[in-house]
Amino acid sequence: MTIDVADRRPEPRVDNQDPALFGQTPSQTVGPFFHYGLPWKGGADLVGQSDMGARPELFPEAHYVLNQSSPTGTPVGAVIELTGRVLDGQGAPVPDAMIEIWQADAAGRYAGEPGSDPHFVGFGRAATAEDGSYRFRTILPGAIGAGHAPHVALSVFGRGLIKRLATRLYFDGQAGNEADPVLSAVPVERRATLIATASGDGVWTLDIALQGERETVFFDL
Amino acid sequence: MSYAREDAGAPPSLFPDYGSTRTRAPLQPPLRVPQTRTETTGPAGWDRLMGPSLADLTTQHGGVPQGQRIIVTGRVLDEDGRAVPDTVMEIWQANAAGRYIHGKDQWDAPHDPNFTGAGRVVTDAEGRYRFVTVRPGAYPWGNHRNAWRPAHIHLSLLGPAFATRLVTQLYFPDDPLIEIDPIANAVPMPYRQRMVARFDMDVTEPNWALGYRFDVVLKGREQTPFEEDDHDH
Ligand SMILES: [Fe+2]
Repeated sequence: MTIDVADRRPEPRVDNQDPALFGQTPSQTVGPFFHYGLPWKGGADLVGQSDMGARPELFPEAHYVLNQSSPTGTPVGAVIELTGRVLDGQGAPVPDAMIEIWQADAAGRYAGEPGSDPHFVGFGRAATAEDGSYRFRTILPGAIGAGHAPHVALSVFGRGLIKRLATRLYFDGQAGNEADPVLSAVPVERRATLIATASGDGVWTLDIALQGERETVFFDL
Repeated sequence: MSYAREDAGAPPSLFPDYGSTRTRAPLQPPLRVPQTRTETTGPAGWDRLMGPSLADLTTQHGGVPQGQRIIVTGRVLDEDGRAVPDTVMEIWQANAAGRYIHGKDQWDAPHDPNFTGAGRVVTDAEGRYRFVTVRPGAYPWGNHRNAWRPAHIHLSLLGPAFATRLVTQLYFPDDPLIEIDPIANAVPMPYRQRMVARFDMDVTEPNWALGYRFDVVLKGREQTPFEEDDHDH
């Protein structure tokens, strides 16, 4: 018996569809050229309508196909700025990294949870600038429960980062830092790599060292 | 509830053949910490964030882009085989000549005014997605002498939680560059083959486009001793 020519199929390869290989899709780097595909205008502004977060100067305007702003309304809470630099193992700024944040609203509820602030998306994305800096405008998160300290979850992506690096940003001097179940799992001598310092006007600064003496603590989630 | 840790197919952060990892990969082992609601929740409402779906990368400009039109489709699943519905997949890639629209891409292959190479799709209730694009070209890079990246499409998924965030690359079958590419090779065999799409005649459409099938598998849910009861919500 022969198969009709229109019904013939190539032999299956050992590939994505092989049931014997079924499991987590492996991570790969974002590479250096993600700016026209990922960080949209407004992605780093969780409070207002600015175009923070994108790097539209890196490609022609006609090829900007991402969102134009983060339409949020005005969330409840104290407006803050999160800023810092991403640095490599030699202390050099990383101009082609991308940071994402995920955080609770002012009452400690995540977007999608019952009673969460309808004007707060909780998620932001910012490409680093040429000097390796990132900047978000957001609100000070509330504690997510008794015993937890206010914090912001961070993801770091970039050329040379095969995997997303996950960490947290805590706020210097906040009640609960000592008891927080994640921060207290970090060796005492490395905790400072997760604690942003205040510089007045609601600006909180935390550098992210990918490697080296003050290497940021990254998590195995 | 918490999410599984990475499985045996996960690449290391430091892979010296990929030169940029030498000064950028953390050298300390990642610290295992308990998962809380921070890690088990995640964003939703894609139109508010990235913008509405953009599933056809060949119709974003005045004309038809150069190159081989292709359909890429599949499902987003967790590692227990459950569909991941209503999740966004962001897509970006080089054009058919292997050139990115990015200003820092210095390779002199031609730009295509009709092709940006960026899009996004949202999975349906069964976790299915589908997009139309052109097959990207291979391109040279500076990692070592005569280094060429295999043709690939960059994919970015958030999944249901902070813990399930994934950025990966889709490769094409029978591309001889995959087995000598330091980025693909950071993933050990046989798991590297999870990133190779399957050419599929049942996705291919007559007189229109070749079809490829590619499923994305995110971390699954599990009960672990690390699970933290949170009685506040
Ligand atoms: Fe690429």
